[in-house]
Amino acid sequence: VTATFKNAILFDPSQRLNEKGSIVVEGGKIVDILKDKNADSGKVYDLKGQYLMPGFVDLHVHFREPGQEHKETIGTGTRAAAAGGFTTVCCMPNTQPVNDSSFVTQYIMEKIHQQGVVRVHPIGAISKNLEGQSMAAIHGMIESGCVALSDDGKCVMNAYLLRKTMEYLTSYGIPVIEHCEDDHLVGQGVMNEGLVSSQIGLRGIPHAAEDVIVSRDISLCAHTNAKLHLAHLSSRGAVEYIAHAKARGLPVTGEVTPHHLLLTDESLRSYDTHYKMAPPLRTEADRRVLVDALRSGVIDCIATDHAPHSEEDKDVEFERAANGVVGLETAFAVCYKLVEKKELSLERLVESLTYSPSRVFGFSDRGQLKKGLLADFAIVDLNKSWKIDPQNFFSKSRNTPFAGWDVNVQVTSTVVAGEEIFNIEKGICL
Amino acid sequence: MDLLGRSLLDIPDLRREEILFLLSETGKLKAKTKGTESILGGHVGRSVALLFFEPSTRTRTSFQMAAYRLGLRTLKLDGSTSSAQKGETIFDTARNIEALRPDAMVIRHAGSGIPLQISKLLKIPVINGGDGFHAHPTQALLDAFTIQEGFSEFKGLHVLIVGDISHSRVARSNIHCLQMLGAKVTICGPPTLIPPLARELGVEVKYNLDEVLPTADVVMALRMQTERQNSFQIPSLKEYTTRYGITSERLSKIKSKALILHPGPVNRGIEMMSSVLRDPRCRVLEQVQNGVLVRAVLMGHILGVLK
Repeated sequence: VTATFKNAILFDPSQRLNEKGSIVVEGGKIVDILKDKNADSGKVYDLKGQYLMPGFVDLHVHFREPGQEHKETIGTGTRAAAAGGFTTVCCMPNTQPVNDSSFVTQYIMEKIHQQGVVRVHPIGAISKNLEGQSMAAIHGMIESGCVALSDDGKCVMNAYLLRKTMEYLTSYGIPVIEHCEDDHLVGQGVMNEGLVSSQIGLRGIPHAAEDVIVSRDISLCAHTNAKLHLAHLSSRGAVEYIAHAKARGLPVTGEVTPHHLLLTDESLRSYDTHYKMAPPLRTEADRRVLVDALRSGVIDCIATDHAPHSEEDKDVEFERAANGVVGLETAFAVCYKLVEKKELSLERLVESLTYSPSRVFGFSDRGQLKKGLLADFAIVDLNKSWKIDPQNFFSKSRNTPFAGWDVNVQVTSTVVAGEEIFNIEKGICL
Repeated sequence: MDLLGRSLLDIPDLRREEILFLLSETGKLKAKTKGTESILGGHVGRSVALLFFEPSTRTRTSFQMAAYRLGLRTLKLDGSTSSAQKGETIFDTARNIEALRPDAMVIRHAGSGIPLQISKLLKIPVINGGDGFHAHPTQALLDAFTIQEGFSEFKGLHVLIVGDISHSRVARSNIHCLQMLGAKVTICGPPTLIPPLARELGVEVKYNLDEVLPTADVVMALRMQTERQNSFQIPSLKEYTTRYGITSERLSKIKSKALILHPGPVNRGIEMMSSVLRDPRCRVLEQVQNGVLVRAVLMGHILGVLK
């Protein structure tokens, strides 16, 4: 199958590509990139001057299948991904049952095959049932398709277990992903510990809860030389440790979520549970450090930590409410606010959604506009205002802190393997 | 002052003049009634719902008595008889109680922010009867009234709050209220029980009680939750008392004209010795009596039965 995407602005910051042109795809791959020229092979899509970017890659989503299909399935989650311009997502193992063996991985792979509208790669558990006690069945999970291991949602509190898992993984070359929050320092905390928590009377989680684990894990990384990826960073102290580790040449990478880049604990004054997540929203000083670290590359990429929850899990007392927010459908539009505020360049924003996350997981076949790579694209209108309305989400869940935001850019089409799978007018195209 | 139909969730909901108005009305009422007989007789058909999702004797009975003084009917619902255990959310419970058509609702809950969140859902006024570690505005008003009875003005007064400030809604509301009225507030306790960045709340923070005690015009001791000693916050209650208890020995360091307050209930022998409760400077029972009057004045103006 051949198709041409013409009248596009080809935008790939990893190659400093930003010019008019066309892309020809065949057999799901890019076969030609024509700068300042148009072609008409096969099915022709006229992009009318919109931006064509590599499809976005999200290393961190929760698709709740198996076990909590009322919150999200691989079918609905990948539709949400498509609507947000994401063509590759990696789903965390904290399902029910936990993805801690080849059986569960194979079940998920089958669902991906049946229902997935974008590429999905599962992440396996580090420990059996996420209990932090003993290693999960690592080989079978990796053989069945897992691309990384993580106990995300929980921190691996046993440093010895983590050390041994990291050592073991050096024989595969895949990363461990840490959820950096010390259980004891989190305690009963439900928000950032600081002036706002002191004023509004919610129990705080100190920055140190994240910092001590980041520091510990970097030491283990230095000891094992295993790949370490640090999930959803929130604390300015953690950023300093990572900068130092990178300067030493350690194989450490990090991600940050759109909500930690855009929101602070000031939002908690409403006690709205849509601002409750782990790790918590921190202060403006942290937010600025996170944006700076993303800009400089100390933090490698943006990941949504898309965490669907039902209304029943959120519409309760703050202490009892579930942690997490959905993010796939709003990530690009809300992060573009950083470009509008001149805190981040469009180039770095797009790179941290495409090339950078692809490098973190070693996806060498995507994340750039190059001949021979997968024909996965996000097509974006940088001049289209709309209001975020959770009722229009493809996700089964509506738990977003960005409801009602006016945003000025829109993903208008998403292409996987050369085929348009989402279009703003038609919805999901299958 | 127009308090009619308004909610009171936190002290900053009130302007300084409104606080002074409530204190002055309470004073007039106290002079008129001597704090005993009913204030305005019966108001047939007016009612207030008391939703206490957290055990409380003092605050609930105080609101109840205040309602009786105004001639209001009360509708009581506490945690153990509520449908919280039956799977109904707290917000549904509040909506259902509102559908019974009370004229106002008083809410006490262990979770910070619950009265605020409920007030956004309801049309009737909500009075915060204490939420988590967040706020207890009627306690702050009754404390301010009790302080005002002892001193002519707040300006220049030094109020010392001693104890577990971190987990105290009473401390938070008192800090707001006393600062608005012009008093200087110092908080004192072990560092583990002082909120993070407390100085940014505009208070002095002291760890040595004996140093600061002689400078205080009001000494407010807070209730010590006995479980704190098992959660790495203090080594033992005995050690707490040694450092921060208002003991007989410390009484001599307190100014002769000072007031000693406690929001109750008092752990005798932990934060306060029995001898302190007998000291003439101690106004604990006065606080309880004033609480009824302050709450009656507040509810009376919110419901429009007092003018």
